[in-house]
Amino acid sequence: MDYAGYKSTALRHPQQQLIPLAHRLTETTAPVFGHERVHAGENDLTHNGEAIGQRIIVHGHVKEDDGRPVPDTLVEIWQANAGGRYRHRVDNWPSPLDPNFTGGGRTITDETGYFRFITIRPGAYPWGNHPNAWRPAHIHFSLFGRAFTQRLVTQMYFPDDPLFFQDPMYNSVADRDPKAAERMISAFDYDSTEEQWALAFRWDIVLRGETATPTEAPHA
Amino acid sequence: MTTPSQTVGPYLSIGLPWPDGPEVVPEGTPGRIRLYGKVFDGEGAVIPDALIETWQADADGKFGTDFRGFGRAPTNDDGEWEIFTVLPGALGDGQAPHIDVNVFARGMLNRCITRIYFADSDSDPVLATVPAERRATLIATATEEGYRFDVHVQGEGETVFFRV
Repeated sequence: MDYAGYKSTALRHPQQQLIPLAHRLTETTAPVFGHERVHAGENDLTHNGEAIGQRIIVHGHVKEDDGRPVPDTLVEIWQANAGGRYRHRVDNWPSPLDPNFTGGGRTITDETGYFRFITIRPGAYPWGNHPNAWRPAHIHFSLFGRAFTQRLVTQMYFPDDPLFFQDPMYNSVADRDPKAAERMISAFDYDSTEEQWALAFRWDIVLRGETATPTEAPHA
Repeated sequence: MTTPSQTVGPYLSIGLPWPDGPEVVPEGTPGRIRLYGKVFDGEGAVIPDALIETWQADADGKFGTDFRGFGRAPTNDDGEWEIFTVLPGALGDGQAPHIDVNVFARGMLNRCITRIYFADSDSDPVLATVPAERRATLIATATEEGYRFDVHVQGEGETVFFRV
Protein backbone atom coordinates (compact mmCIF):
# COMPACT_ATOMS: atom_id res chain seq x y z
CA MET A 1 0.00 0.00 0.00
CA ASP A 2 3.03 2.23 0.45
CA TYR A 3 5.10 3.12 -2.60
CA ALA A 4 7.95 5.55 -1.99
CA GLY A 5 7.82 6.91 -5.53
CA TYR A 6 4.23 8.08 -5.08
CA LYS A 7 4.48 10.63 -2.29
CA SER A 8 0.82 10.75 -1.32
CA THR A 9 0.89 7.11 -0.24
CA ALA A 10 3.11 7.97 2.75
CA LEU A 11 0.35 9.09 5.12
CA ARG A 12 -2.47 7.25 3.41
CA HIS A 13 -1.65 3.58 3.81
CA PRO A 14 -2.39 1.36 6.79
CA GLN A 15 0.70 0.38 8.77
CA GLN A 16 -0.95 -2.41 10.71
CA GLN A 17 -1.25 -5.82 9.10
CA LEU A 18 -4.40 -6.31 7.10
CA ILE A 19 -6.58 -8.95 8.74
CA PRO A 20 -7.81 -11.74 6.42
CA LEU A 21 -11.59 -11.59 6.07
CA ALA A 22 -13.06 -14.99 5.24
CA HIS A 23 -15.72 -14.61 2.58
CA ARG A 24 -19.25 -14.80 3.91
CA LEU A 25 -22.48 -13.49 2.46
CA THR A 26 -21.61 -9.79 2.59
CA GLU A 27 -18.38 -10.44 0.69
CA THR A 28 -19.84 -12.79 -1.92
CA THR A 29 -22.68 -10.47 -2.93
CA ALA A 30 -22.65 -7.10 -4.67
CA PRO A 31 -25.12 -4.40 -5.60
CA VAL A 32 -27.09 -4.96 -8.78
CA PHE A 33 -27.56 -1.86 -10.88
CA GLY A 34 -30.22 -1.82 -13.52
CA HIS A 35 -30.29 0.45 -16.48
CA GLU A 36 -31.98 3.12 -14.34
CA ARG A 37 -28.51 3.89 -13.02
CA VAL A 38 -27.28 4.78 -16.52
CA HIS A 39 -28.92 7.32 -18.77
CA ALA A 40 -28.97 7.02 -22.54
CA GLY A 41 -25.84 8.43 -24.07
CA GLU A 42 -23.79 8.35 -20.87
CA ASN A 43 -21.24 6.14 -22.59
CA ASP A 44 -20.49 9.06 -24.94
CA LEU A 45 -18.30 11.63 -23.20
CA THR A 46 -18.52 13.90 -26.25
CA HIS A 47 -22.30 14.03 -26.26
CA ASN A 48 -22.46 17.76 -25.66
CA GLY A 49 -21.25 18.31 -29.19
CA GLU A 50 -17.98 18.30 -31.00
CA ALA A 51 -15.34 17.80 -28.34
CA ILE A 52 -11.78 18.88 -29.09
CA GLY A 53 -9.19 16.18 -29.65
CA GLN A 54 -8.84 12.75 -31.17
CA ARG A 55 -12.18 10.94 -30.99
CA ILE A 56 -11.71 7.34 -29.88
CA ILE A 57 -13.77 4.27 -29.11
CA VAL A 58 -12.69 2.52 -25.90
CA HIS A 59 -14.21 -0.91 -25.63
CA GLY A 60 -13.63 -4.40 -24.31
CA HIS A 61 -14.98 -7.17 -22.15
CA VAL A 62 -15.19 -7.50 -18.40
CA LYS A 63 -14.49 -11.05 -17.30
CA GLU A 64 -13.43 -13.08 -14.33
CA ASP A 65 -10.01 -14.64 -14.19
CA ASP A 66 -11.40 -17.97 -15.40
CA GLY A 67 -12.63 -16.20 -18.55
CA ARG A 68 -16.31 -16.09 -17.59
CA PRO A 69 -17.93 -12.85 -18.77
CA VAL A 70 -19.31 -10.41 -16.22
CA PRO A 71 -22.62 -9.22 -17.70
CA ASP A 72 -24.82 -6.37 -16.46
CA THR A 73 -22.09 -4.74 -14.43
CA LEU A 74 -21.70 -0.99 -14.03
CA VAL A 75 -18.57 0.54 -15.59
CA GLU A 76 -17.77 4.13 -14.69
CA ILE A 77 -14.97 6.22 -16.20
CA TRP A 78 -13.47 9.66 -15.79
CA GLN A 79 -10.54 11.36 -17.46
CA ALA A 80 -8.73 14.55 -18.50
CA ASN A 81 -9.55 16.22 -21.79
CA ALA A 82 -7.32 16.31 -24.86
CA GLY A 83 -5.15 18.99 -23.27
CA GLY A 84 -4.67 17.03 -20.06
CA ARG A 85 -7.10 19.15 -18.02
CA TYR A 86 -9.75 17.73 -15.70
CA ARG A 87 -13.09 19.39 -15.17
CA HIS A 88 -12.33 19.75 -11.47
CA ARG A 89 -11.85 22.72 -9.15
CA VAL A 90 -8.45 21.58 -7.87
CA ASP A 91 -6.97 21.13 -11.36
CA ASN A 92 -5.22 24.39 -12.24
CA TRP A 93 -3.11 23.06 -15.12
CA PRO A 94 -3.21 25.95 -17.63
CA SER A 95 -4.85 24.11 -20.45
CA PRO A 96 -8.38 25.13 -21.39
CA LEU A 97 -11.49 23.25 -20.38
CA ASP A 98 -13.58 22.09 -23.31
CA PRO A 99 -17.28 22.91 -22.90
CA ASN A 100 -18.12 20.00 -25.17
CA PHE A 101 -16.27 17.40 -23.15
CA THR A 102 -17.86 16.07 -19.97
CA GLY A 103 -14.93 14.07 -18.65
CA GLY A 104 -17.06 11.35 -17.07
CA GLY A 105 -19.24 8.53 -18.34
CA ARG A 106 -20.85 5.24 -17.42
CA THR A 107 -22.35 2.18 -19.01
CA ILE A 108 -23.51 -1.33 -18.17
CA THR A 109 -21.92 -4.39 -19.75
CA ASP A 110 -24.13 -6.48 -22.01
CA GLU A 111 -24.76 -10.21 -21.64
CA THR A 112 -21.27 -10.98 -22.93
CA GLY A 113 -19.58 -8.54 -20.55
CA TYR A 114 -18.97 -6.07 -23.37
CA PHE A 115 -18.71 -2.32 -22.79
CA ARG A 116 -18.11 0.56 -25.18
CA PHE A 117 -17.36 4.24 -24.66
CA ILE A 118 -16.96 7.12 -27.09
CA THR A 119 -14.49 9.64 -25.80
CA ILE A 120 -11.46 11.78 -26.59
CA ARG A 121 -7.93 10.55 -26.23
CA PRO A 122 -6.81 12.22 -22.98
CA GLY A 123 -3.67 14.31 -22.85
CA ALA A 124 -0.71 13.87 -20.52
CA TYR A 125 -0.34 16.47 -17.78
CA PRO A 126 2.25 17.53 -15.22
CA TRP A 127 1.89 17.03 -11.48
CA GLY A 128 3.96 17.81 -8.44
CA ASN A 129 5.01 14.36 -7.30
CA HIS A 130 8.67 14.63 -8.36
CA PRO A 131 10.74 16.97 -10.57
CA ASN A 132 9.30 17.18 -14.09
CA ALA A 133 6.62 14.61 -13.29
CA TRP A 134 4.05 13.84 -16.00
CA ARG A 135 1.16 11.44 -15.86
CA PRO A 136 0.93 9.19 -18.91
CA ALA A 137 -2.40 9.54 -20.69
CA HIS A 138 -4.94 7.41 -18.85
CA ILE A 139 -8.64 6.83 -18.23
CA HIS A 140 -9.89 6.02 -14.72
CA PHE A 141 -12.18 2.97 -14.52
CA SER A 142 -14.44 1.74 -11.72
CA LEU A 143 -16.07 -1.71 -11.71
CA PHE A 144 -18.24 -3.70 -9.30
CA GLY A 145 -18.35 -7.27 -10.54
CA ARG A 146 -20.64 -9.77 -8.86
CA ALA A 147 -19.14 -9.80 -5.38
CA PHE A 148 -17.80 -7.27 -2.91
CA THR A 149 -14.44 -9.00 -3.33
CA GLN A 150 -14.40 -8.12 -7.04
CA ARG A 151 -14.67 -4.33 -6.65
CA LEU A 152 -11.97 -2.70 -8.77
CA VAL A 153 -10.84 0.86 -9.41
CA THR A 154 -8.00 1.15 -11.87
CA GLN A 155 -6.59 3.15 -14.79
CA MET A 156 -6.34 2.29 -18.46
CA TYR A 157 -3.22 3.38 -20.32
CA PHE A 158 -2.37 3.69 -24.00
CA PRO A 159 0.18 1.59 -25.89
CA ASP A 160 3.79 2.71 -26.19
CA ASP A 161 3.42 5.70 -23.89
CA PRO A 162 6.89 7.25 -23.47
CA LEU A 163 6.04 8.47 -19.94
CA PHE A 164 5.71 5.13 -18.17
CA PHE A 165 9.33 5.09 -17.03
CA GLN A 166 8.83 8.00 -14.63
CA ASP A 167 5.24 7.36 -13.53
CA PRO A 168 4.97 6.03 -9.97
CA MET A 169 1.37 4.90 -10.40
CA TYR A 170 2.23 2.66 -13.33
CA ASN A 171 5.47 1.58 -11.71
CA SER A 172 3.85 0.75 -8.38
CA VAL A 173 2.60 -2.27 -10.29
CA ALA A 174 5.43 -2.73 -12.80
CA ASP A 175 8.11 -2.87 -10.09
CA ARG A 176 6.55 -5.97 -8.55
CA ASP A 177 5.12 -7.53 -11.70
CA PRO A 178 5.86 -6.06 -15.17
CA LYS A 179 3.33 -8.38 -16.81
CA ALA A 180 0.59 -7.20 -14.49
CA ALA A 181 1.36 -3.59 -15.38
CA GLU A 182 1.01 -4.43 -19.07
CA ARG A 183 -2.53 -5.59 -18.36
CA MET A 184 -3.40 -1.95 -17.69
CA ILE A 185 -2.40 -0.96 -21.25
CA SER A 186 -5.04 -0.95 -23.96
CA ALA A 187 -4.35 -2.18 -27.48
CA PHE A 188 -4.80 -0.12 -30.61
CA ASP A 189 -7.68 -1.80 -32.44
CA TYR A 190 -7.66 -0.90 -36.11
CA ASP A 191 -10.42 -3.38 -36.91
CA SER A 192 -12.80 -1.49 -34.63
CA THR A 193 -11.99 1.99 -35.88
CA GLU A 194 -14.89 3.67 -37.62
CA GLU A 195 -14.04 5.05 -41.01
CA GLN A 196 -14.16 8.82 -41.24
CA TRP A 197 -15.06 9.04 -37.55
CA ALA A 198 -13.00 7.46 -34.72
CA LEU A 199 -9.94 5.44 -33.80
CA ALA A 200 -10.37 2.54 -31.40
CA PHE A 201 -8.62 0.99 -28.42
CA ARG A 202 -9.52 -2.34 -26.89
CA TRP A 203 -9.09 -3.11 -23.21
CA ASP A 204 -10.30 -6.24 -21.49
CA ILE A 205 -10.69 -6.00 -17.74
CA VAL A 206 -10.20 -9.11 -15.65
CA LEU A 207 -11.71 -9.26 -12.18
CA ARG A 208 -10.54 -11.77 -9.61
CA GLY A 209 -12.66 -14.88 -9.27
CA GLU A 210 -15.09 -15.38 -6.46
CA THR A 211 -12.64 -17.29 -4.31
CA ALA A 212 -13.56 -18.46 -0.88
CA THR A 213 -10.45 -17.20 0.86
CA PRO A 214 -8.62 -13.90 0.98
CA THR A 215 -5.78 -13.60 -1.51
CA GLU A 216 -2.35 -12.31 -0.63
CA ALA A 217 -2.30 -8.54 -0.62
CA PRO A 218 -0.20 -7.34 -3.56
CA HIS A 219 1.56 -4.74 -1.43
CA ALA A 220 1.58 -6.42 1.95
CA MET B 1 -4.68 -12.90 -14.77
CA THR B 2 -6.43 -10.03 -13.09
CA THR B 3 -6.25 -6.34 -13.89
CA PRO B 4 -4.32 -4.51 -11.14
CA SER B 5 -5.77 -1.80 -8.92
CA GLN B 6 -4.78 1.85 -9.30
CA THR B 7 -5.56 4.88 -7.17
CA VAL B 8 -8.76 6.86 -7.73
CA GLY B 9 -6.53 9.94 -7.83
CA PRO B 10 -7.57 13.49 -6.92
CA TYR B 11 -10.34 13.84 -9.51
CA LEU B 12 -12.63 10.98 -8.49
CA SER B 13 -15.49 13.43 -7.99
CA ILE B 14 -15.83 13.74 -11.78
CA GLY B 15 -16.72 10.12 -12.17
CA LEU B 16 -17.90 8.46 -8.98
CA PRO B 17 -20.34 10.43 -6.82
CA TRP B 18 -24.03 10.07 -7.64
CA PRO B 19 -26.68 12.61 -6.68
CA ASP B 20 -28.42 9.88 -4.68
CA GLY B 21 -25.21 8.06 -3.69
CA PRO B 22 -25.60 8.65 0.06
CA GLU B 23 -29.30 7.69 -0.04
CA VAL B 24 -29.29 3.95 0.43
CA VAL B 25 -32.89 4.52 1.40
CA PRO B 26 -34.91 7.64 0.56
CA GLU B 27 -36.05 10.21 3.08
CA GLY B 28 -39.09 9.09 4.99
CA THR B 29 -38.15 5.41 5.05
CA PRO B 30 -39.07 3.89 8.42
CA GLY B 31 -35.97 3.19 10.47
CA ARG B 32 -33.77 5.43 8.37
CA ILE B 33 -30.50 6.33 10.11
CA ARG B 34 -27.65 8.68 9.38
CA LEU B 35 -24.25 7.06 9.31
CA TYR B 36 -21.45 9.61 9.23
CA GLY B 37 -17.86 10.32 10.12
CA LYS B 38 -14.54 11.75 9.08
CA VAL B 39 -11.55 10.25 7.33
CA PHE B 40 -8.07 11.04 8.70
CA ASP B 41 -4.54 10.45 7.41
CA GLY B 42 -1.45 9.34 9.31
CA GLU B 43 -0.85 12.83 10.75
CA GLY B 44 -4.44 13.27 11.84
CA ALA B 45 -5.27 15.61 8.97
CA VAL B 46 -8.67 15.14 7.38
CA ILE B 47 -8.79 13.61 3.90
CA PRO B 48 -11.01 15.84 1.75
CA ASP B 49 -10.78 13.70 -1.39
CA ALA B 50 -11.80 10.28 -0.13
CA LEU B 51 -14.80 8.21 -1.10
CA ILE B 52 -16.68 5.90 1.26
CA GLU B 53 -18.77 3.02 -0.06
CA THR B 54 -21.01 0.81 2.03
CA TRP B 55 -22.58 -2.59 1.30
CA GLN B 56 -25.02 -4.27 3.64
CA ALA B 57 -28.00 -6.54 4.10
CA ASP B 58 -31.46 -5.10 4.62
CA ALA B 59 -33.14 -4.69 8.00
CA ASP B 60 -34.12 -8.36 7.92
CA GLY B 61 -30.57 -9.51 7.20
CA LYS B 62 -31.35 -10.32 3.57
CA PHE B 63 -29.45 -9.72 0.34
CA GLY B 64 -30.98 -9.91 -3.12
CA THR B 65 -34.14 -8.00 -2.23
CA ASP B 66 -35.29 -4.64 -3.62
CA PHE B 67 -33.14 -2.96 -0.98
CA ARG B 68 -30.25 -1.19 -2.75
CA GLY B 69 -27.84 -1.95 0.06
CA PHE B 70 -25.14 0.20 -1.46
CA GLY B 71 -24.10 3.68 -0.40
CA ARG B 72 -21.48 5.97 -1.81
CA ALA B 73 -20.36 9.32 -0.42
CA PRO B 74 -17.33 11.50 -1.12
CA THR B 75 -15.77 13.36 1.79
CA ASN B 76 -16.12 17.15 1.86
CA ASP B 77 -13.44 19.75 2.54
CA ASP B 78 -13.61 18.86 6.23
CA GLY B 79 -13.13 15.16 5.54
CA GLU B 80 -16.76 14.44 6.43
CA TRP B 81 -19.04 11.86 4.79
CA GLU B 82 -22.60 10.76 5.46
CA ILE B 83 -24.85 7.96 4.26
CA PHE B 84 -28.55 7.42 4.96
CA THR B 85 -29.56 3.82 5.40
CA VAL B 86 -31.26 1.42 7.78
CA LEU B 87 -29.58 -0.72 10.39
CA PRO B 88 -28.66 -4.06 8.83
CA GLY B 89 -30.27 -7.14 10.30
CA ALA B 90 -28.33 -10.19 11.45
CA LEU B 91 -27.63 -12.62 8.61
CA GLY B 92 -28.39 -15.57 10.82
CA ASP B 93 -24.97 -17.11 10.34
CA GLY B 94 -23.53 -16.07 13.67
CA GLN B 95 -22.18 -12.72 12.49
CA ALA B 96 -23.30 -9.59 14.28
CA PRO B 97 -25.05 -6.97 12.09
CA HIS B 98 -22.41 -5.21 10.04
CA ILE B 99 -21.74 -3.13 6.95
CA ASP B 100 -18.78 -3.73 4.64
CA VAL B 101 -16.93 -0.54 3.74
CA ASN B 102 -14.56 0.53 0.98
CA VAL B 103 -12.35 3.56 1.44
CA PHE B 104 -10.81 5.10 -1.66
CA ALA B 105 -8.56 8.17 -1.88
CA ARG B 106 -5.76 9.78 -3.77
CA GLY B 107 -2.60 8.19 -2.40
CA MET B 108 -4.20 4.77 -1.93
CA LEU B 109 -2.99 2.26 -4.49
CA ASN B 110 -5.69 -0.16 -3.37
CA ARG B 111 -9.00 0.38 -1.65
CA CYS B 112 -8.98 -0.04 2.11
CA ILE B 113 -11.65 -2.44 3.34
CA THR B 114 -13.19 -2.22 6.77
CA ARG B 115 -16.46 -3.07 8.54
CA ILE B 116 -18.91 -1.08 10.59
CA TYR B 117 -20.51 -2.83 13.58
CA PHE B 118 -23.04 -1.27 15.91
CA ALA B 119 -22.03 -3.10 19.05
CA ASP B 120 -19.15 -5.26 20.17
CA SER B 121 -19.85 -8.97 20.04
CA ASP B 122 -18.06 -11.88 21.60
CA SER B 123 -19.58 -14.33 19.17
CA ASP B 124 -18.95 -12.58 15.85
CA PRO B 125 -16.41 -14.68 13.92
CA VAL B 126 -14.81 -11.68 12.23
CA LEU B 127 -14.43 -9.57 15.38
CA ALA B 128 -12.91 -12.68 16.94
CA THR B 129 -9.98 -12.36 14.51
CA VAL B 130 -9.33 -8.74 15.55
CA PRO B 131 -7.10 -8.01 18.54
CA ALA B 132 -9.34 -6.91 21.41
CA GLU B 133 -7.61 -3.54 21.80
CA ARG B 134 -8.35 -2.64 18.15
CA ARG B 135 -11.98 -3.74 17.96
CA ALA B 136 -13.34 -0.36 18.98
CA THR B 137 -12.17 1.03 15.63
CA LEU B 138 -14.88 -1.10 13.96
CA ILE B 139 -17.79 -0.03 16.11
CA ALA B 140 -19.93 2.98 15.26
CA THR B 141 -20.84 5.30 18.10
CA ALA B 142 -24.50 6.20 18.60
CA THR B 143 -24.84 9.99 18.85
CA GLU B 144 -27.68 12.46 18.74
CA GLU B 145 -26.98 12.89 15.03
CA GLY B 146 -26.88 9.24 14.07
CA TYR B 147 -24.08 6.71 14.13
CA ARG B 148 -20.56 8.06 13.90
CA PHE B 149 -17.78 6.04 12.28
CA ASP B 150 -14.42 7.74 11.77
CA VAL B 151 -11.75 6.17 9.61
CA HIS B 152 -8.12 6.56 10.63
CA VAL B 153 -6.18 5.34 7.65
CA GLN B 154 -2.89 5.26 9.53
CA GLY B 155 -1.24 5.93 12.85
CA GLU B 156 -2.76 6.30 16.30
CA GLY B 157 -6.09 4.52 16.51
CA GLU B 158 -5.61 3.12 13.02
CA THR B 159 -8.84 1.55 11.82
CA VAL B 160 -8.74 -2.20 11.35
CA PHE B 161 -8.56 -2.98 7.65
CA PHE B 162 -9.21 -6.34 6.06
CA ARG B 163 -7.84 -8.30 3.16
CA VAL B 164 -10.50 -10.11 1.10
